[in-house]
Amino acid sequence: MKLPVIEPRRGDFTQAPAINPELTAQWLEAFLRDELIAGRSIERAVVGLSGGVDSAVTAYLCARALGAKNVYGVRMPFKHSSPSSLSDAHLVTEALGINESTIDITAAADGYLQFEPDADARRRGNVLARLRMLVLFDQSAKLGALPVGTGNKTERLLGYFTWHADDSPPVNPIGDLYKSQVWKLAEYLGVPQPLIEKAPSADLEANQTDEGDLGITYVKADAILSRILEGYTNDQLAGRGFDRSEVEIVRKRLDSTHWKRHLPTTAMLSNTAINEFYLRPVDF
Amino acid sequence: MDVVNVAIVQTKPRKGKYRENLRDLRDVFSQTGADPVDLIVLPEAALTGYFLEGAVYELALDSDRFAADLAAAWLETNPGKDVDVVCGFYENCEGTYYNSAVYLEISGGKANVKHVHRKMFLPTYGVFDEERFLSRGRHLETFETRFGRMAMLICEDCWHAIVPTLAAVKGARILIVPSAAPGRGIDDGGELTSITRWRGILEAIAAEHGVYLLYAGLAGFEGGKGMTGSSRIVDPHGRTIVEAPALGAQIIRAPIDLREIDLARATLPLLGDLHAVLPDLLADEELPRR
Repeated sequence: MKLPVIEPRRGDFTQAPAINPELTAQWLEAFLRDELIAGRSIERAVVGLSGGVDSAVTAYLCARALGAKNVYGVRMPFKHSSPSSLSDAHLVTEALGINESTIDITAAADGYLQFEPDADARRRGNVLARLRMLVLFDQSAKLGALPVGTGNKTERLLGYFTWHADDSPPVNPIGDLYKSQVWKLAEYLGVPQPLIEKAPSADLEANQTDEGDLGITYVKADAILSRILEGYTNDQLAGRGFDRSEVEIVRKRLDSTHWKRHLPTTAMLSNTAINEFYLRPVDF
Repeated sequence: MDVVNVAIVQTKPRKGKYRENLRDLRDVFSQTGADPVDLIVLPEAALTGYFLEGAVYELALDSDRFAADLAAAWLETNPGKDVDVVCGFYENCEGTYYNSAVYLEISGGKANVKHVHRKMFLPTYGVFDEERFLSRGRHLETFETRFGRMAMLICEDCWHAIVPTLAAVKGARILIVPSAAPGRGIDDGGELTSITRWRGILEAIAAEHGVYLLYAGLAGFEGGKGMTGSSRIVDPHGRTIVEAPALGAQIIRAPIDLREIDLARATLPLLGDLHAVLPDLLADEELPRR
């Protein structure tokens, strides 16, 4: 006689983290309303629209939370930006009915870069990112709005962003969502398909893609990151189905960029050093 | 009294604005007092917000002073009416600071502090940092009220099965749980996984010991951390009889019939069994002594 054997159903350990997009959207709308309106008495949001899925999702969440008329999508092309970035960003403003403006940063960027003709792609990219943040903060001041951040958890963990630029808006609804979760949330929110399907890119050079720069796909990076953050070692991950070389790529990026996820290091000299002894929450 | 009219007020305080939040509480008391109410329960840190860091030293109050503020708010809006109020607050006891809850009996126009519970389990991991700023409560006491014997457990106190167990063994028939629970877990069903976890814990406690559980959850986002509200009343059979949504300030109310406690314990006499065996369990020489 053979008895039936029942075993637990196992999820695939190497899958990227799941998301309930409806629940997440509801939670993030409440977050935006509380942080902007209840917490800061600000009813308007400024979102830099790159033509990518992160800023599109952020704009959709802001429109749901604050109403389309209170959301300002700002497109900030540089002379080398892909025309499709501009048109994809317009798909968002058109679909949502939010305000749209276009501020070309070429003159401002060239105004500085003309003195630095040898600046490599990384430096030029950082200059553009910091200029865009300058524009977003100034537009927010003009409009009585708050800049809303568009950085996702994956790029934050991999350090794939410009410090004190992409990460500088005071409120960010998607910063605890991995890229693959952002894609699923985008599907649920109805973000135009071209933005979901295209390869993510910082759009600094022709044919540049995030995944090409990083050397790993976002879906794989998300699965590895989520397990590393749960405490698994490289050996454990390799033993449970991950590619060791990909684990090492992710671990190296994570471990070399902790500084990017912190405020500047300040020399402590007193018993009242800010954020060391003098501790007050951001919303106090 | 067999039936107690309970109102649980799920507050969404403005961070650190104690006076303004106390003013808002007058409106809430005015609203709750318009219907029959015997017992009002508010969350942990209900009038200041939960994540205060070092500002806790600015906002913590002596328990008598806090009780006097609550009593004044009630009596100004409901003169001559009796009520009992439970509310969580940060306590300053002669320079030692606690995360506390007060049980206040207001009767005949006078307020009497029946009990102050100081949170025993201070979460200090991950997003939590309580023990950096606060001291642990050292006593789990049950106390007599006009509605029977009760105990108060604050948030993580409830996550250690032994705490509600001891409260029930010591005679509590109603457990009051002021709480502030930052939500997390978006990968499951139709609610945050932390809410599901809380519901399971509370319903299991109520069913195991045959007690009513009155859970008051703080609401609102604090620096990105969303408090999950979900205030609820669980009957002694382990059934949630009324539950607030996670988001926003809410009031839930229900009459609770204390006779249900005896019925539940007769049907499932686990607490009686525990009374018999607990001394043997505690005398077990294998229990760690560290």
